[in-house]
Amino acid sequence: MSSYLYILVAAGVSLLIRTLPLTLIRRQITNPFLRSFLYYVPYVTLAVMTFPAIVDAAQHPLAGVAALAVGVALSWLGVGLFPVAVSCCMSVFAVEWLLRLL
Amino acid sequence: MTDLHEHDLRREIARGARDGLPIGLGYFAVAFSLGITAKSAGLSPAQGFLASFLNHASAGEYALFSLIAAHAAYWEVAAVIFITNMRYLLMSAALSQKLHSDVSLLHRFLLGFGITDEIFGLGVAYPGRLRPAYLYSAFLVADLFWSSGTATGIAAGSVLPANVISALSVAIYGMFLAIIIPPARRERVVAALVLVSFACSLAFSALPLLNTLSGGMRTILLTVAISSAGALLFPVREGGEGGEAA
Repeated sequence: MSSYLYILVAAGVSLLIRTLPLTLIRRQITNPFLRSFLYYVPYVTLAVMTFPAIVDAAQHPLAGVAALAVGVALSWLGVGLFPVAVSCCMSVFAVEWLLRLL
Repeated sequence: MTDLHEHDLRREIARGARDGLPIGLGYFAVAFSLGITAKSAGLSPAQGFLASFLNHASAGEYALFSLIAAHAAYWEVAAVIFITNMRYLLMSAALSQKLHSDVSLLHRFLLGFGITDEIFGLGVAYPGRLRPAYLYSAFLVADLFWSSGTATGIAAGSVLPANVISALSVAIYGMFLAIIIPPARRERVVAALVLVSFACSLAFSALPLLNTLSGGMRTILLTVAISSAGALLFPVREGGEGGEAA
């Protein structure tokens, strides 16, 4: 089944990424461009993947926008991963419930 | 000697499990919503469990399941996983600085396999030289919650009503926001890059021609382009490394 092959390809690449620096590189990376590039990558990747996808994920785009606003606001205040995720879910649920009432 | 060593080892394992448990509980809920994505890609609970146990990366797995659903090419999966999980290269390098030089290659390999954002956080926060047993224990507890959460989401996602599934499907994005927004608040450059990323991602999904690119290619192109521009224009100063709040 090709799903297993997809899973193994992903697992293999993940494993290499996680283990190569720890086993091979014993010194800190000093190249300023490489350091900066690697430093910015996670934020850019996650931002690209989050928007506009979060708006399309819910049944109604308004609920997705609400989740985005709540998620940004609570994250800004320093609330942790789990409570932010739960709050986003609850705001989608609440907005879609309100829209059904109207 | 062995008595003392064994007692020490047992304490490290207990400590790791204790610190891994709250992480695991959070993982379970997010993994459940990830399972809904995995189900729409046609994965069975066993496949979801395997994918999560081996990959244990929310962004990477979300991308993986979307690509499976889109019947993407294998090289595309490899490239997207490389890009989305690239941050683990840095974490892996940083973690090597926490280990005693006589820690064996096998330990380094196994510790590397266990790196996630949160497990890395535990490793960095460990006082002094890191003991592998502590991190193994924390990782195993957290990863089993993560894997079973994914499997449960695949198995039970279909019995949930549509409005609950709709609500749960934004959980993963909430988690992403909780990762990127706090550093954006501390550092103006990160905030600017996040906004530019949002704008470009919207443009690529809406504009004709550009919106014919697959989601995976869009992620790769924009990540490399925007991160390179950021690195050229605003090189990170020494000491401004991940996790060190300014």
